[in-house]
Amino acid sequence: MCLAVPGRVLEIAEENGTRMATVDFGGVVKEVCLEYLPDLQVGEYAIVHVGFALQRLDEESARQTLELFNELGMLQEEFGDPWEQAAQAGGARWPFEEAALTDEGAGDGGRSEGPATGHVAQEARQ
Amino acid sequence: MKYIEEFQDPDLARRLLDDIHATVTRPWALMEVCGGQTHTIIRHGIDQLLPEQVELIHGPGCPVCVTPLEVIDKALEIASRPDVIFCSFGDMLRVPGTGRDLFQVRSEGGDVRVVYSPLDALKVARQNPGREVVFFGIGFETTAPPNAMTVYQAKRLGIPNFSLLVSHVRVPPAIEAIMRSPSCRVQGFLAAGHVCSVMGTGEYPELAARHRVPIVVTGFEPLDILEGVRRAVRQLERGEHTVDNAYARAVRPEGNPAALAMLEDVFEVTDRAWRGIGVIPDSGWRLSARYREFDAEHRFAVTGITTREPAECRSGEVLQGLLKPHECEAFGTTCTPRTPLGATMVSSEGACAAYYLYRRLELTPARTAPPAPAGPHASTAPLEASPVA
Repeated sequence: MCLAVPGRVLEIAEENGTRMATVDFGGVVKEVCLEYLPDLQVGEYAIVHVGFALQRLDEESARQTLELFNELGMLQEEFGDPWEQAAQAGGARWPFEEAALTDEGAGDGGRSEGPATGHVAQEARQ
Repeated sequence: MKYIEEFQDPDLARRLLDDIHATVTRPWALMEVCGGQTHTIIRHGIDQLLPEQVELIHGPGCPVCVTPLEVIDKALEIASRPDVIFCSFGDMLRVPGTGRDLFQVRSEGGDVRVVYSPLDALKVARQNPGREVVFFGIGFETTAPPNAMTVYQAKRLGIPNFSLLVSHVRVPPAIEAIMRSPSCRVQGFLAAGHVCSVMGTGEYPELAARHRVPIVVTGFEPLDILEGVRRAVRQLERGEHTVDNAYARAVRPEGNPAALAMLEDVFEVTDRAWRGIGVIPDSGWRLSARYREFDAEHRFAVTGITTREPAECRSGEVLQGLLKPHECEAFGTTCTPRTPLGATMVSSEGACAAYYLYRRLELTPARTAPPAPAGPHASTAPLEASPVA
């Protein structure tokens, strides 16, 4: 969560009156709010933290940081499956059995918002 | 300079290190404020590459670590309610409360969901109008603006079933508290770069002047840390104590004005308890009166919380830079990332977890555990197999 990751703006659109963008983080694509950098344009880079663009970054700095984060596995920490990571760290069983869950929504755990763990690992190796 | 080839630009790293070695003439203690910086320092063995006279002390800048036990317990109680969908960042899943964590609440049937952004929690609230959706709003000045925007949007869009469990903390009062401590050894600070991306550098000159301490705004990559140390040591050797921005590619002196305006609107400064440290005056934010209806603590009136910190956990001393993680009796024995006693071991940004993951186990002679080989990558006796692949 502490990590802020550089990303490149792919598209910009209004959503419920809020300026949003799709942003590419070295192969992982996420929805990002641009309300704090309202003049950010397609093709530009920014530092993004928990889905918000917070400060512009030049392309060279952004590329170098993304390469380093990839090498160090930090994109995996940021965008991988947090339940799987928590289970792995704690030696717990994962996934939980569906019978233990309260409804169909609880099974998702937000994972559909991010790529599968293997996908990120694959990106990290490229 | 054994590990220097691992740096992104080994030649530049070597030049920075040579400059630091050539500059330093006597002992200096610097505190890196941010847990992300601690992680980088230990991961790359930067502290071992520096001259012996330069000591890096790890600061309290891990939001997961400093979230008070009482707030964690409130989160666990709210998340256990059948009418609640509890949304959180993934880092909080295994932070121990009194007896359990969010991961266990989920395994017991609680509807706990992990989101990447607080705006995702707002989407969950719109999709589930019949249930209460609570987002766990922790973090420093970098995370507070996204959470503030989410509450603002909830009010603007009229989403009544969304609320925020707030535990935001601010860096400058923590620096103030550290400098006021009678046992303080810190002579210079590496300030957290992304906090300054939002807040700018305006809060620091007065702090630097009053405590006669250099404050160097520093990034998170290995070369950023070396450059931050180089500039801090130069100031100390010259008897200077100013604010210096070594992370200019991401930090402007004025910060992010739009984010600052939103913070001003949605939050108000309040005293805040830090886990293991205690209450620091004016060190946090809470929702301002205009947004109080979105405060989960008011909405759910959680009462009767009795917290119980493990007596052997010394994470409070670690967070204040008074103790190195491996100097704690429990480190690597009863306290590991798999069985953490405190948040500094469970959070990946925590100093204890960083020491554990990168095999910093140089125990003092007084320890009863078998002596461990020195070095950042040495394999060792008292710990389990490394969780790092």
